[in-house]
Amino acid sequence: MNKTASSNPLQRDIKTIVNAGLVRRHAAERRFRWYGLIAVTLGLAFVVLMFGNIISKGYPAFWQTYIQVPIQFDPAVIDPEGKRDSQALQSADYAALVRTGMRRMFPAVEGRMELRALYGLVSSAGALDLQKRVLQNPDLIGTEQTIWLLASANVDTLIKGNIDRSLDETLRPIKDDQIGWVDRLQSAGQIEKQFNTILFNSGDSREPEQAGIRGALMGSFYTLLVTFLLSFPIGVATAVYLEEFAPKNRWTDLIEVNINNLAAVPSIVFGLLGLAVFINFFGLPRSAPLVGGLVLSLMTLPVIIIAGRAALTSVPPSIREAALGIGASKLQMVGHHVLPLAMPGMLTGSIIGMARALGESAPLLMIGMVAFIVDVPKGLTDPATVLPVQIYLWSDLPERAFVERTSAAIMVLLAFMIVMNGLAIILRKRFERRW
Amino acid sequence: MSTTIIEVKASLDHNLANPETRQSALSSAQITDYDHRQTVGKITVDNPKMICRNVNVYYAEKQAIKHVSLDIGANEVIAFIGPSGCGKSTVLRCLNRMNDTIPICRVTGEIRLESEDIYDKKIDVVQLRARVGMVFQKPNPFPKSIYENVAYGPRIHGMVNGKAEMDELVRASLERAGLLKEVDKRMNEPGTSLSGGQQQRLCIARAIAVNPEVILMDEPCSALDPIATAKIEELIDELRENYTIVIVTHSMQQAARVSQRTAYFHLGDLIEIGETDQIFTNPRHKLTEDYITGRFG
Repeated sequence: MNKTASSNPLQRDIKTIVNAGLVRRHAAERRFRWYGLIAVTLGLAFVVLMFGNIISKGYPAFWQTYIQVPIQFDPAVIDPEGKRDSQALQSADYAALVRTGMRRMFPAVEGRMELRALYGLVSSAGALDLQKRVLQNPDLIGTEQTIWLLASANVDTLIKGNIDRSLDETLRPIKDDQIGWVDRLQSAGQIEKQFNTILFNSGDSREPEQAGIRGALMGSFYTLLVTFLLSFPIGVATAVYLEEFAPKNRWTDLIEVNINNLAAVPSIVFGLLGLAVFINFFGLPRSAPLVGGLVLSLMTLPVIIIAGRAALTSVPPSIREAALGIGASKLQMVGHHVLPLAMPGMLTGSIIGMARALGESAPLLMIGMVAFIVDVPKGLTDPATVLPVQIYLWSDLPERAFVERTSAAIMVLLAFMIVMNGLAIILRKRFERRW
Repeated sequence: MSTTIIEVKASLDHNLANPETRQSALSSAQITDYDHRQTVGKITVDNPKMICRNVNVYYAEKQAIKHVSLDIGANEVIAFIGPSGCGKSTVLRCLNRMNDTIPICRVTGEIRLESEDIYDKKIDVVQLRARVGMVFQKPNPFPKSIYENVAYGPRIHGMVNGKAEMDELVRASLERAGLLKEVDKRMNEPGTSLSGGQQQRLCIARAIAVNPEVILMDEPCSALDPIATAKIEELIDELRENYTIVIVTHSMQQAARVSQRTAYFHLGDLIEIGETDQIFTNPRHKLTEDYITGRFG
């Protein structure tokens, strides 16, 4: 009798039963908290590692070495006829001025090989720099100026301490003589590092010290412009139609499934599609931001449609009923009430889709946006490349100076990504609806 | 149309409730409703605003409303009562075709506003809903200013010319909804910033701004406290002068307070309909009596 009573759960002392299990429950909770903490720490550690690696590699690229060279703007070289004819000024041999300047700094250097090594300290961009100065101000002719000329990439790398001086001369890109000259210049204060404006102001180049991301940035800008102008309106319209107007039948189900599948298609497939349709069939130009934008639109559309539909469904039905209840037509209901309320969500989705498009490189390789393009694109049909592809191109190059530029370009790309995602978060927070 | 004919027609419809005749008379889809109950009481009024005859509502294959016939008199408040899921809201939403928004919902039978069949293909729901306004269970002001909430209906229907007229209409509507004094100084604040009761009166103001003939109220006070409820009930009584009001309510006291006629629904059937006093003091049907005496529901 007593035994049956104690085995009846209702008769047992609930307090002792619960207490017996409490230790185990608390332990499980603690364990779970630890798992979470470990996971978060691991994740953060990898982020820090990645950023640390990229930034430590890339930040030197934001500074560039310059050498102070006394330049004599010799009228005999620049303008032998003395007419100040701009044509003549343009085609003058400014490289000779640079060479003369270098020889004057190191008069002891003789011999063809040695002189070539000496001239190699400064970048070939120096001549262009002088040309620009003279064209801007022809009065320079006949005067002597000390000018900070861009150092060559090897000197820059040496100054930044990325060349091992103890290596054998043949294994170094920079020779013993050159190191000696650089050291002399440095002790004389004729070498300094300045902020690297070239990185932001010029297009790609084979010479690392002259290579910049302007071309890629503009290419990315034009490409994303096309992407946004196409995918946002079409995506929003599609989402609204599917969510609010389309009858729910087998066809719309099929479309919905396909849109969801499209969002998961590897991006390179879209590149192949773009190559086949836009370039081969419609004959649009290769390497153009227009085609890149079209391809990325195809890729971004499903993302925007899905985000848009989610945003539309999150608008409470009571608002729809309220509008319909006082006699709004369906389009008025959507246009006046549902769409404005769903817009922040749609914009957030679009921005995230655009950020993904900004980071995309694979489909653009397929349509030729991987070409080496020096000129900064000025329109939608100019040949161009984009930031991620530029990173990919530079990462292939062996020069040490390109390694740091690769990381610098990654930093710029990440900065844009962070800005875009931040914008999405701000939009979401700002316009979050409180009913 | 004389009332006697309607009564005869309605009783003919109800004769179909006999299982033997129904089996042969109706299609297989309708077989599920053979156990429907006959309405007790007088479904007609002398001065009907809306007339429902033999209304059936199906959600996909399931029949939610079975052969409901009733009249809604002009300038009366008629209350629909009944336990949860009895179909009173469904009937209400048939009256301005809000059920159209549910794709699987199908309505058969006849519903007339004045003399027009509202389910006629020629009738535009936009026009219908302007004439038959609705107030919902949960206050649902637009997340816009108080002014915009009221002005929205007249604006989309193009009812007014110019800002001055609109201002006047907005103020008049708020006044009629008994809200003007409270919001006069804060017309530009969002409608959602008001209290629950004020929000519901704003929704009523929004509904009457388009000057409808009928106002449908779907449990308008179920989300409100007693004081706000009292205000709304008072308001309903005042509105009766100009509008016909159909109110669905869970509260029998409320039905008794505000309505002249009451219809009791049970599992998709209209069980009993009649003068409110008579329904509450002397119900004729057993189910009605059980419900109002609190035996279930």
